[in-house]
Amino acid sequence: MTDATSDPITLNQEADLPQAVVRGYWASVWNRLKYDYVTLFCLVLIVLIVLSAVFAPWLAPFDPEKSSMANRLKPVGYKEYLLGTDEQGRDILSRILYGGRTSLAMGILPVAFGTLIGGLFGIIAGYYGGRVNMIIMRTMDVFFAFPSVLLAVAISGSLGGGLQNQLASLTIVFIPPLCRVAETAASQVRTMDFVDAARASGASTFSILKDHVLITVISPVLVYASTLVSASILLASGLSFLGLGVSPPTPDWGLMLSTLRQSIWVQPLVCAIPGIAILITSIAFNIVSDGLRVAMDVKS
Amino acid sequence: MWIYALRRLILTIPILLGVTIICFLLVQIAPGDPIQSLLPPDASEADAAALRAYYGLDKPLVIQYAVWLGKVLTGDLGMSIQVDAPVAEEVGRAFANTITLALLAVALAFIVSMILGVIAAYKSGTWIDKLFTSVAVFGISVPTFWLGVVLVIIFAVELNWLPAAGMGSSGSEHFSYLRWEDFKFAIMPMIALALPPLGIMTRTTRSSVEEVLNQDFVQTLRAKGLGEAAVLRHAVKNAMPQIIAMLGLQLGYLIGGSVLVEMVFNWPGTGYLLNKAILSRDLPVLQGTILVLATSFVMINLLIDLAQSIIDPRIKRS
Amino acid sequence: MEHPKKPEPHVRDPHPRDTGGPAQPMLIARDVKKHFPIHAGLLNRQVAEVKAVDGVSFSVMKGETLGVVGESGCGKSTLARLLMHLMDKDEGEIILDGLSVGTYQGMPLQDLRRSMQMVFQDSYSSLNPRLTVEDSVAYGPSKQPGISKKKAREIARDILEKVGLRPSLFGARYPHELSGGQKQRVNIARALALDPRMLILDEAVSALDKSVEAQVLNLLNALKAQLDLTYVFISHDLHVVHYISDRVLVMYLGQVVEIGPVDRIYADPRHPYTRALLDCQLSMHPDDRVEQAPLAGDPPNPVNPPSGCRFHPRCPFAEEICSSKMPELGDTLRAGRDQHLTACFMAQPNSGHSKAPTQAELLKRSAAAPAPMEA
Ligand SMILES: Nc1ncnc2c1ncn2[C@@H]1O[C@H](COP(=O)(O)OP(=O)(O)O)[C@@H](O)[C@H]1O
Ligand code: SF4
Ligand SMILES: [Mg+2]
Repeated sequence: MTDATSDPITLNQEADLPQAVVRGYWASVWNRLKYDYVTLFCLVLIVLIVLSAVFAPWLAPFDPEKSSMANRLKPVGYKEYLLGTDEQGRDILSRILYGGRTSLAMGILPVAFGTLIGGLFGIIAGYYGGRVNMIIMRTMDVFFAFPSVLLAVAISGSLGGGLQNQLASLTIVFIPPLCRVAETAASQVRTMDFVDAARASGASTFSILKDHVLITVISPVLVYASTLVSASILLASGLSFLGLGVSPPTPDWGLMLSTLRQSIWVQPLVCAIPGIAILITSIAFNIVSDGLRVAMDVKS
Repeated sequence: MWIYALRRLILTIPILLGVTIICFLLVQIAPGDPIQSLLPPDASEADAAALRAYYGLDKPLVIQYAVWLGKVLTGDLGMSIQVDAPVAEEVGRAFANTITLALLAVALAFIVSMILGVIAAYKSGTWIDKLFTSVAVFGISVPTFWLGVVLVIIFAVELNWLPAAGMGSSGSEHFSYLRWEDFKFAIMPMIALALPPLGIMTRTTRSSVEEVLNQDFVQTLRAKGLGEAAVLRHAVKNAMPQIIAMLGLQLGYLIGGSVLVEMVFNWPGTGYLLNKAILSRDLPVLQGTILVLATSFVMINLLIDLAQSIIDPRIKRS
Repeated sequence: MEHPKKPEPHVRDPHPRDTGGPAQPMLIARDVKKHFPIHAGLLNRQVAEVKAVDGVSFSVMKGETLGVVGESGCGKSTLARLLMHLMDKDEGEIILDGLSVGTYQGMPLQDLRRSMQMVFQDSYSSLNPRLTVEDSVAYGPSKQPGISKKKAREIARDILEKVGLRPSLFGARYPHELSGGQKQRVNIARALALDPRMLILDEAVSALDKSVEAQVLNLLNALKAQLDLTYVFISHDLHVVHYISDRVLVMYLGQVVEIGPVDRIYADPRHPYTRALLDCQLSMHPDDRVEQAPLAGDPPNPVNPPSGCRFHPRCPFAEEICSSKMPELGDTLRAGRDQHLTACFMAQPNSGHSKAPTQAELLKRSAAAPAPMEA
């Protein structure tokens, strides 16, 4: 033990911990993630899918909207048509590449908007508690009374087709669950001593929300949001499948599946291709978000 | 317990009110003036105003809502624009078809997920576990409408074993699941519909059974010389409340989420009705269907919660 | 384990920010109350209230350390939060160096923040896991008007040095990379970063190992002398309070039951509750001290406190009067700092309790002890 006369200020406190590797939170997340090969593979896959959508104009062998009556419903591998053609003779591969643009955008944008809006409401509800919390969360509860597909179809169905409407309805679908996650996290932070310490040092509520609540809430919300991207892709393609998305001839995976469905008796394999694109993308996002969740779990 | 049940019941009322508000607003957010579509193109402003007053559309929104809610509470969901029949009748008929299909799908998902989940938990970490977990991921990620198309391609187009769509010659009125001629129409929609809940429930079953298997008392049971089958039975029994809760939730989702599958198979349920209503912009039918589906979703959740609190009073919910 | 000797209190020059003069107590709490409503039932009506702090009065002199002890749940943390204005009090007044806080003519809250800070118990929630040590300490200063981010960091590094953490080594660390003692040093540094005159320390060493605890207590004593601080030191651990305090306040179910100079309280506890606490904790060997309810009987329930003396259901000396009348503590604000006050009928002459002292006994006792000094 220390002897009574030693000056506590020069006590060798530093001895009781070895020179720890000092690194931030995200570095430690990456450290765990880099040994999860399945997740990494899917991450690479997503990057490739995104790149191929972004660079579709350079990658696509044909104009995705140019039809050709002579080349209707050709099988996979017919001439230059690597994945065959659709009922109007348009190249499936080109349409898949271009269609990835709307499908990916509709996977990510609604979740991003939902995160912003739902996260904001959730943080406010969680941090302020009381009546504010009650009003916000009871309103969200009403939206939870609708299964997500139903809510999306209801809003889109009444707004009608078009990308903006699809974006709006999907955003509304994702606000309540994201709000709930943010609310749970924020109401936990609210009871933490470090928030009281910040208040005691005279920080304004806004500063506390910005500097303490936000950085704590952001990781559970982002992890949860990442699980929704796949759901959003599925919902969006479902809406497009119902005709509640982009208007033809713009390519979109869900819409392609919907029109090709009439031709399953002629070219069954070709008809299944757009769905495969949806499936692969959605699986990749699911696996990555799950890997991310595990890697970001600080307790493990 | 009863306090909880009563409280849960009372809390459902504002939710249902909220549901009606959203359904009411659905028609309000729709683009276009509903009156214009009813009027002949050469109608005057005065004609429009008269019709507006006739339908009560000149009143403030709150009044319109109150009037509409009053009708809904007496079972009047308005008239379908497309077929000139009461919406309630149409929805009622379709709802029966939807719920039978959903029940079949949930039963299928339950049985298969129990098998997969329990085996995966028992063989935790082995390749069997990984395989079954992959099936679960597939189930969650698959677009059901595409799966439906693929099933049709395989079993109707290529193999010609099952009919591609519809409910068979006897129609929805006389449809019987006990007759093969009828039942075969339900097989593919049932599988397509069952896959997402199957994926989710396999995960739930696996994790809750595994959790029980890792607990100390299971080791004690083993030490006491209990056979593996008995140990497993014990684990499943302990994990059951959680699985049942998930089951009920999935049933609710299927009732609302079968829109796409019903469309692929032309299954004359609410999803099919909804799709027709969207295509023809038949807003009363859209509104009525959504209202019925959301209400039944809320009621199913309520029933599960109540059943849960009876089965397992330890579960405290806020 | 012997605690090292605490430094002798010495007379200091007045603090540059002093407003009330040396005789003015640093802090006065007058009849402070906080009741938490309890909601239950179908409609969430208020059915009862927790009387967490129920009429507490005391004063803390400049340069003094007031220890606050009591079982867990007796309202110590609530009291701390009320003093810090982290929570609105229901009733009462808090006066800092002669200025009533939060009132129109008194001290604005912002000034209180500069004058009084709080050190929290070392727990997973005391430091933001996402901020580095330096960021945590610099946070308070950086929120003050006229202090730049850079200046705040300078202040933080300076303070870290003062609490024995080399900024170059610890500044960039995250809380999970620190030991308990180091975290607590950061907590202290954070509180000191605004250059306060007074610290409220709520269970500041309670989560630490014994050896680390002694180091942190030493640090607190050294800082107090160096920075001319006043402490309210809250703990359920009587050993620690004995070591660090000049005076001690004993709380039971939201009320003060005994207050007096530390040596007199420990040598001659008058309240049966204080006696029980001391018997229970001091008799045990310090190394196997455990946190346990020091007394038999029902654990205290502040929701429906017993009538009369709140301690009577657990008190071995309880008599009829104890359950019908509430014993008065006396005026803690008028009495001097040497005054020893007890809220028990056994300590008050002619109270009706059979063990109450007669006037003669009381005189004898006060002759033996130094005469109480009038304020
Ligand atoms: N925010 C709150 N709401 C309701 N009750 C509370 C709240 N904070 C504390 N209490 C209650 O007040 C009493 C005193 O708590 P506390 O001040 O934390 O005691 P201590 O710090 O002495 O352990 C306890 O019974 C506690 O349950
Ligand atoms: S007043 Fe009575 S009950 Fe209370 S402590 Fe004194 S003797 Fe015990
Ligand atoms: Mg406490």
